Amino acid sequence: MKLISRRNVLKSAAAASTLPLLGKSAFAMDPVKVAFVYLGPIGDHGWTFAHEQGRQAAIAKFGDAISTTIVENVAEGPDSERVIRRLAEEGNDLIFTCSFGYMNPTLKVAKRFNDVKFEHATGYKRAPNMSTYNARFHEGRAICGTIAGHMSETGTAGYIASFPIPEVVMGINAFTLAAQKVNPDFKTNVLWVNSWYDPPKEADAATALIDQGADIITQHTDSPAALRVCEERDLLAFGQSWDMTSFAPKAHLTAIMDIWGPYYIDRIQKVMDKKWESADTWWGFKEGIVALAPYNERIPANVVAEAEAIKAGIIDGSYDVFTGPIKDQSGEVRLAEGTLSDGDLLSMDWYVEGVQS
Amino acid sequence: MLIELEKRKEPSQTMLYLTPVIAVLATMIVGGILFTLIGHNGFAAVKEIFITPIIDTHKWQDLGIKAAPLILIAVGLSIGFRANVWNIGAEGQYIVGGLAGTGIALLTWELEGWWILPLMCIAGAIGGALYASIPAFLKTKLNVNEILSSLMLTYASIQLLYYLMRGPWKDPEGFNFPQTRLFNDSQILPEIIPGTIVHLGVPLAFIIAIIAWFVMSKSIFGFQIRVVGSAPAAARYGGFSAKRTIWMAMLIGGGFAGLAGIFEAAGPFQQMVPQFPTGYGFTAIIVAFLGRLHPIGIILGGLVLAVSYVGGEIAQTSLGLPNAAAGIFQAMMLFFLLATDILVKYRLKLNVANQAGDAS
Amino acid sequence: MNDTIIISIIMTVIGASTPILLAALGELIVEKSGVLNLGIEGMMLIGAVVGFAVTLTTGFHVLGIVIAMLASTLSAMLFAYLTLTLTANQVATGLALTIFGIGISSLMGEPYVGKTIEIFSSWFPASLAEHPQLRVIFGYSPLVYLSLILTVSVSYFLKKTRAGLILRAVGESDTSAHSIGYSVIGVRYAAVAFGGAMAGLAGCYFSLVLTPLWSEELTAGRGWIALALVVFAAWKPSRLLFGAYLFGAIMTLELHAKAAGFSFIAPELLAAMPYLATIVVLALISLRKSSGLAAPACLAKPFKPST
Repeated sequence: MKLISRRNVLKSAAAASTLPLLGKSAFAMDPVKVAFVYLGPIGDHGWTFAHEQGRQAAIAKFGDAISTTIVENVAEGPDSERVIRRLAEEGNDLIFTCSFGYMNPTLKVAKRFNDVKFEHATGYKRAPNMSTYNARFHEGRAICGTIAGHMSETGTAGYIASFPIPEVVMGINAFTLAAQKVNPDFKTNVLWVNSWYDPPKEADAATALIDQGADIITQHTDSPAALRVCEERDLLAFGQSWDMTSFAPKAHLTAIMDIWGPYYIDRIQKVMDKKWESADTWWGFKEGIVALAPYNERIPANVVAEAEAIKAGIIDGSYDVFTGPIKDQSGEVRLAEGTLSDGDLLSMDWYVEGVQS
Repeated sequence: MLIELEKRKEPSQTMLYLTPVIAVLATMIVGGILFTLIGHNGFAAVKEIFITPIIDTHKWQDLGIKAAPLILIAVGLSIGFRANVWNIGAEGQYIVGGLAGTGIALLTWELEGWWILPLMCIAGAIGGALYASIPAFLKTKLNVNEILSSLMLTYASIQLLYYLMRGPWKDPEGFNFPQTRLFNDSQILPEIIPGTIVHLGVPLAFIIAIIAWFVMSKSIFGFQIRVVGSAPAAARYGGFSAKRTIWMAMLIGGGFAGLAGIFEAAGPFQQMVPQFPTGYGFTAIIVAFLGRLHPIGIILGGLVLAVSYVGGEIAQTSLGLPNAAAGIFQAMMLFFLLATDILVKYRLKLNVANQAGDAS
Repeated sequence: MNDTIIISIIMTVIGASTPILLAALGELIVEKSGVLNLGIEGMMLIGAVVGFAVTLTTGFHVLGIVIAMLASTLSAMLFAYLTLTLTANQVATGLALTIFGIGISSLMGEPYVGKTIEIFSSWFPASLAEHPQLRVIFGYSPLVYLSLILTVSVSYFLKKTRAGLILRAVGESDTSAHSIGYSVIGVRYAAVAFGGAMAGLAGCYFSLVLTPLWSEELTAGRGWIALALVVFAAWKPSRLLFGAYLFGAIMTLELHAKAAGFSFIAPELLAAMPYLATIVVLALISLRKSSGLAAPACLAKPFKPST
């Protein structure tokens, strides 16, 4: 009964918004209703936490002009479809679904609710009312790789990875290539945990990788478990999606931070201005959606300087980590010269030399 | 003792029907209090979880979809439970059934035709039944406890699912994400109420439950099951083979669970994913008990548990309650049912007489 | 492979085995008394969340562990009351306890996601606990040493004490034990309580040692492995120790093999091994009935005294 009356309110609001054309005094617009579907808990201090910061940024900018809803811990699969559908039924105007695995469910709901706009993070399927968005995390990986190349004593990194999808693969490759520019013999040992968020498994993976010789750990999974292991063992690590220094003050060198605020604000503004269109957005350092957490004090000044120089190079376009020649694991040359295109990156299913996958 | 339990002359029919109702009501009250103690709004939680799904007509389609697999699996299990065959591995049989049907779908993904879907469903039922035949064999040949064997097989089947999802059955065009292709239009259970997501599997589950009711109450087979369960010695005298009963019970339980598996894969999921094991095989055990092992009771019990699932999701979006909260209520319903169960066989008696010399 | 790696692997294996050893020791006693408690996973989670919460609030691991054990024992008592006094079906009640434990731990754990604590690490001085070679003996959390002490104690209890004999009698032939004058129900209550306490202890290992974090379903199904372990060990504590380390090695091997680059055995097959091995053992036990390896005769059957 609550739902039905809310829909009526929306209908009358739509009707009311035409009245100003008749010369009456402008009615206050009903707030734009925005919803967010989160894979994990906000407390993960990582992926989901970063999206939540994005939402907070939007609230800070728009205040009462928007009203937001969040749903945490939504498992990928049909359950997510029910949650997304319910959010659409509840009258939300714009729904952000923040994980790759929501792709098909979002598309299904988008087909049923043509008036609602959907934004799917890190996917590749679109519709007239469904956009996709992603961030050039691999730019951040290049910086982490550079630091790893300098700081690792064994020359081997452990990489805790979730699923071998292109986004993860390009991250591994970017990290390794950057490290190899500092130390040509650098190796990256990858362990797949088949989950985005599984703290016990991530901790086990970190331990296994360390036992096999890695002294610096990075990850494409969402919890700080691996950082805790590294802190305990006096080793080095990188955070994921947000500054995770509080979990490992000694071990945490830096982290790639996902700053979704600017994108969310941009899209919400477009909905308000009625200029929203289905799009595919892939921003990076330049547009401000990728950033780095503060550098740990133990990183030498020259390494910090190099990292900053690379970041500047990425922003002004003079540096691309995927610059040829690049060989793959079998030794074959995949890129003789030049750089890889976006299309090459988005379908990447091969690893560079030095990666043990 | 002031309050004593006195055995009734015969089990109370009233209590048989009343206790599930008492269990649900008690769960709502105690659950609400528990949630309030933990710091949430207990009253709102109970309302969103139990009341809203019933009064919000938009949610009825979700109730049907959630209840269908629970009812189907529970009916199959109840036949076994009545015969004292404790198939706890329904979740594994559900998974294997889903996988079997998916296998057919992957083999025929480039084809179309009306025959594909029924073939998938038959494969699902057979797959589940075959998986259940392992504990059946172990029990009849080696007297291995079927509770333990069927339970262990469940966790083995989950690993099988993961292996197939990450390897041979991965969608070649899925960018390496562990899931199969989406099923094509010939392989999806059709929507039977336009505009809703109610798929063919839903009414089929209810129909199968009703057919099971007839079979169990009117046929020799049904009679045989009940006698083997309640009076094994008499059953032997009557010529009912215990081994055959065990086989039938496990195969039926496995077959129904496997069918429920392929219905879920071809209905709500429309592909196979690692998140497929949703625990219906275990929740169905609660449904079977709540429904007193009777198909009609199971239909009602299945709907009640569906309410708790759908309500849990509603509470997730409107109150921010974790999804797992629904599990608390489900478990409480079973606890209360099991606790009040004793009132069927025993009566509460107040001892007002003096207690000196009381020989209890 | 140098000795650092070997030592690291040994320590990881022992770490992985300890929680299932603890939980299995508890369930062993429970099943020896004739009761089947399928609620191990739920009780472990309750122990894990309470242990984490108390340790986070007070800063004392030991206090957290004690209160966690109390909480899990309480949940076990709920199971005991339903199955022993009200003679409810043990399988259904145990499953309900697991579902309940998963749910209530999620709910209670919500405010603690994203918080971390100090790991409950070795009580030996750092010179021993972090020594490159000696750490293989001195570097473990106190819970590991406790698990070994408990294994020895439980074994001694069952074989050499009168109370252990009574427990076994109650599990093998409850009517006989009853006619001699022992309280079958009372013994079973005590056994279930012990099982609950041990499950809670095992849960604490996850949230205080393995990952000093809380997340939903932290125990990731280890409760079911503990259940399998009791059967695999044919209800004998000495075999339990061996089995726990075997299962722990299998679980650790899964990741280490991948890390080392060996992938000739599918990791999923390795993960399924404990369960498949248990089924094989079940079959073998039944084939060799005379060797004294068998389930307690009264397992999962309610006790109905004919008064």
